[in-house]
Amino acid sequence: MIDVEHLTRKFGEFVAVHDISFQVERGEIFAFLGPNGAGKTTTIKILTTLLAPTAGTVRIDGLDPTRQSTEVRQRIGIVFQDPSLDQNLSAWENLELHGALYHVPRKVRRERMESLLTLFGLWERRAELVKQYSGGMMRRLEIARGLLHTPKILFLDEPTLGLDPQSRNQLWSHVKRLNQDEGVTVFLTTHYMDEADRVAGRIAIIDHGRIVSLGTSAQLKAHTAAATLEEAFLALTGTEIREESGTSTDRMRMAARAWRGR
Amino acid sequence: MGAIYVLWLRELKRYLRSRVQIAASLGQPLLYLLALGYGLSPVFRRGGEGNYIEFVAPGVIAMTVLFSSLFSGIQLIWDRQFGFLKETLVAPVPRLHIMIGRTCGAATTSLIQGLLVTAVAVAAGFRPVSIGSLPLGFAFLVLIAVVFTAVGTTVGSTLRDMQGFQMVMNFLVMPIFFLSGALYPLEHLPVLLAILTRMDPLTYGVDGLRGALIARGHFSPALDLAVMGGLAVALTLVGAWRFSRIEI
Ligand SMILES: Nc1ncnc2c1ncn2[C@@H]1O[C@H](COP(=O)(O)OP(=O)(O)O)[C@@H](O)[C@H]1O
Ligand SMILES: [Mg+2]
Repeated sequence: MIDVEHLTRKFGEFVAVHDISFQVERGEIFAFLGPNGAGKTTTIKILTTLLAPTAGTVRIDGLDPTRQSTEVRQRIGIVFQDPSLDQNLSAWENLELHGALYHVPRKVRRERMESLLTLFGLWERRAELVKQYSGGMMRRLEIARGLLHTPKILFLDEPTLGLDPQSRNQLWSHVKRLNQDEGVTVFLTTHYMDEADRVAGRIAIIDHGRIVSLGTSAQLKAHTAAATLEEAFLALTGTEIREESGTSTDRMRMAARAWRGR
Repeated sequence: MGAIYVLWLRELKRYLRSRVQIAASLGQPLLYLLALGYGLSPVFRRGGEGNYIEFVAPGVIAMTVLFSSLFSGIQLIWDRQFGFLKETLVAPVPRLHIMIGRTCGAATTSLIQGLLVTAVAVAAGFRPVSIGSLPLGFAFLVLIAVVFTAVGTTVGSTLRDMQGFQMVMNFLVMPIFFLSGALYPLEHLPVLLAILTRMDPLTYGVDGLRGALIARGHFSPALDLAVMGGLAVALTLVGAWRFSRIEI
């Protein structure tokens, strides 16, 4: 379903993704596990047509994201790591807009909107502008929106960052159900090893833009002679702490917030 | 088609929700219209040029549409900063449709701004010469809106953050406005200024509008239409090309 060969992406001289190759099978749940700045988001952006690769080939359901971008987009759904809501629309309007962009028929759209908003505890406050929402509520809305249409491949980029345990639980149950009942292939990234352990079939550990290990949770543990996935992860990536390097976009966004008084 | 409509609707909703900004953005045109209009009227009349309010009103209406369309185009930068842009860019919709939807929305809101200022000008004593020429005047407003929304989209697709924004204001927007003949007649200008005004796209928009509203065009309406129509097509293509190259 996803076929990546020798993928490299540079930003100027800096190599964010360094010659990685992997395959994800149809109906699989596949996790990218790695510290901050490992290249997870960059990889997802390339797979979802938002960035072009510097070198290497990518196939999504047999299609090239660079040249057949619309066809690829018809097959995917994504929950971004960073905010991507329209703050000046209500939750309901954000979902309506998404449903229209993804051609979800009106009747189905309304039904799903109601059930997802209820599932993530936002139904009562659906008419409020998103800028009135708390960070956690925005995050839940992002996830609800990502699940509104049923894609062939669902990309989840650190979806549980900033989520409470209840919502986290709802999310993973829902994702597993989609995977089992609808055969949706799932590509996720996370910081939380227990989550990867719980939901993912296979896990790739990525660090400094390279895949350092790939296999089932049991294989990774056996490979490093570790008792838990966390130990395996630390054995493979070291214990040094990585700072999120705050891109200019992030800084700009903060400045904009401050300026707008939020 | 659905995507174009929903993105158009989004721009409109956001516009209608920002009442305070609407009021604030009308302040500047009103100053130009009223302070400049009444202030320069006696001199203008003594120079044998007639009523200055009459003369300047089309210029101020065009200015309103210019500012408002450029800023709506540049709004793209905010959508990138706040992340909403990527939501539209991964949707299974051709980028051209996304761009057209945004452009139609931006052009619509700036036309509304232009019509609001027109209403104020009428309240201040401005009278178009004939009802029959109003559709032509409206056509020129639409062309101004499309041309400068496209310029805004091009700038917004190219700049990554607001740091370049002040530069754009100083070196693009203000010259376009002051060199357009919005505030003064195109006749008897010093050679250099005459050349510069003729290189400014807005000149033809203002002139067409003035021709339609008060029958005081410098060029022929056909020339104004041809220049503005050609620019609308060409700049929209450039904007679409820049937009298609955006990487998040
Ligand atoms: N647009 C960009 N320009 C320059 N560097 C970037 C850009 N996007 C990401 N990077 C850098 O690439 C590296 C990988 O980033 P990312 O893929 O976001 O990591 P992760 O998602 O694993 O935390 C980081 O060092 C980041 O600073
Ligand atoms: Mg990331």
